[in-house]
Amino acid sequence: MFAFLTDRQWMWCAAGFYLAGALLGSLSLLRRGRPLGGVMYGLIAIGYVLQLAGLSERGRVDGECPLGNTFEMLQFIAWSAITLYLLIGVTFRSSFLGYFTASLTAALTLLSLAVSAWDPPRPTRLFGGNPWIEFHAALAVFSYGVFALLALTSLLFLLRHYSLKSKRLGGRFTFLPSIFELDLIGVRLLAVGVALLGGSLVVGSVYWLRDARDLTPANHLVTAALWIAYAVALGLRLRGRLLAKRFAWTCLALFAAALVSLGAVEGRRHPAPAPSAAARPAPARPIAAPGVVPS
Amino acid sequence: MTPAEFFVLGASHHTTPLAVRERLALAAEAESALHAELAALPGVREIALLNTCNRVEFYAVAAEPGAAARVQAAFCARQRFDLAEFDRFRLKLTGRAAVQHLLAVAAGLDSQVVGETEIFGQVKEAYAAAQARRSAGPVLNRVFQKVFQSAKQLRTNTQIAVGQVSIAYVAVELALNVFGSLAAARVLLIGAGEMGEKTARAFRSRGVSALTVASRRLDRAMELATQLGATALPFEQAGSRLGDFDVVVCATAAPHTIVPVAAASAAIKRRPARPLLFIDLALPRDVDPAAAGLQNVFLFDLDDLAAIAEKNRRAREAEVARCRSLLDLRADLLWQQVEPRLAAGAGGASGLPPLGSGPEFVSGTTRPGG
Repeated sequence: MFAFLTDRQWMWCAAGFYLAGALLGSLSLLRRGRPLGGVMYGLIAIGYVLQLAGLSERGRVDGECPLGNTFEMLQFIAWSAITLYLLIGVTFRSSFLGYFTASLTAALTLLSLAVSAWDPPRPTRLFGGNPWIEFHAALAVFSYGVFALLALTSLLFLLRHYSLKSKRLGGRFTFLPSIFELDLIGVRLLAVGVALLGGSLVVGSVYWLRDARDLTPANHLVTAALWIAYAVALGLRLRGRLLAKRFAWTCLALFAAALVSLGAVEGRRHPAPAPSAAARPAPARPIAAPGVVPS
Repeated sequence: MTPAEFFVLGASHHTTPLAVRERLALAAEAESALHAELAALPGVREIALLNTCNRVEFYAVAAEPGAAARVQAAFCARQRFDLAEFDRFRLKLTGRAAVQHLLAVAAGLDSQVVGETEIFGQVKEAYAAAQARRSAGPVLNRVFQKVFQSAKQLRTNTQIAVGQVSIAYVAVELALNVFGSLAAARVLLIGAGEMGEKTARAFRSRGVSALTVASRRLDRAMELATQLGATALPFEQAGSRLGDFDVVVCATAAPHTIVPVAAASAAIKRRPARPLLFIDLALPRDVDPAAAGLQNVFLFDLDDLAAIAEKNRRAREAEVARCRSLLDLRADLLWQQVEPRLAAGAGGASGLPPLGSGPEFVSGTTRPGG
């Protein structure tokens, strides 16, 4: 479909646009005190389309959702975060959210492209041709994208909180969204993320309850623990027990934990050195997508 | 043949004392009548009248040299103002300088409070009035439309209009930083003095609909509440009902604290997930400073607001030089477009149509600037 460029080339192009958005945002922030909202939104949107082309190409070659290694996972998380940003960014009207999103996705995509060891030849038919497992994995990784955006809004919340408490409201703080809106969007993102990850766990559980041979307890444990942690944070927030700064710090800490858990789970999936790219052996049974429940 | 001339004639706060501006100010009916009179003067091809509390200015296209003097004479005669005295205060610029002046006015650079945005609306109204009265032609249409574009760009691309510079509006800006939109915000004003009233009006102007006034004198609270379209609350109940409000503006003359930290703490406990903003405009302070340490409570006193206003004012002034250089460039570009139109107008053949004819004179059908 996109034969004139390889999947990685599409993704390099996308990363270039995200980086351009981040650099332009930084430059504009330094010179004008705020990032250029419209231009940055455009750059991110172009990057998004290019990344989608790359992910589609890889999905076409592999015959399934590209969630087979760390590289693909990071790309998918970045893409998920951008999807949400493009959806909510318009109504949120925060050039800072765009700036931070561009910076985060540029970092994630460039890093994943630069570390070639994160993109070993991955087994084909990773999900055993089972669309439910594929759906379960995609849903789980998408929730990581939501949590990434939640981490960014939490960061913005902490900046706005600092500006209000320290009474430094001019300069670069002028264009931050209000603290109430940031809190509100944070709660909504957390609810969406918990629902998506919970849904992913349910979908995965239904399959593995029928056939427990493919169950990898450690992976499930990590993912379930993460979901519980986020769900508890949501519960405490809704009950008014985890508020403001503490809520924002918790969301940041949980996302850091999510990223760490992603690496840990991925490590379990690829314990041995990867075979050559040409080999790409197809496993007899479906295996879990990394990180998430991808069991 | 002498080419047509674009000029501005008038008086503004820069050169004219308030007492004189009062004598020069035009009432609405007088403005309308004067506009018609000036448009009918021989040699005046196009004219627009900008009449605000700080300036009366006529932007016009003259087909012959004496037109500006006729405008001045007609204005002074209507206002019963001595012509020679007007010469002492008047502003008269022609050509590119007049274009540049209009740009500066529309962008708020020429205003008493640099960067204020109200003037932009007033210039738009002046142009709309000229269109409605069919006294704007090809030159004024081009000049005004381009000026609006440039002024908008200038405000967007510089920090000239960023940050409020009056205490009342700084308070509103703080509330916007906390709540984003004030449409659903509930505001309590404690104290019905002048400062509190100004701040309440500023909140009203930014869309606050749920406004409550509390004062030791309930009659005064009710009077102010009526004026503001708000509700009144007995002073004694204010302390126990703090939690019902998002923004509490304190502006009493009480010699002691009226909101102890315990009251603020009790209030936030009733609404833990929703921030509570205290604006303390009183001296001595009405709110215990320790309340600032509470979670989700934000407290700003008079010194804080004054410091923010001063910082904003300095930031705006620092932008003036940059804005002026941008305006210079814009004025050059615009003048390059306008000058040939003036020359063509003088030639008569392809130039300005007579006033009141042609599609460009019909309001709403003017060509977009470009």
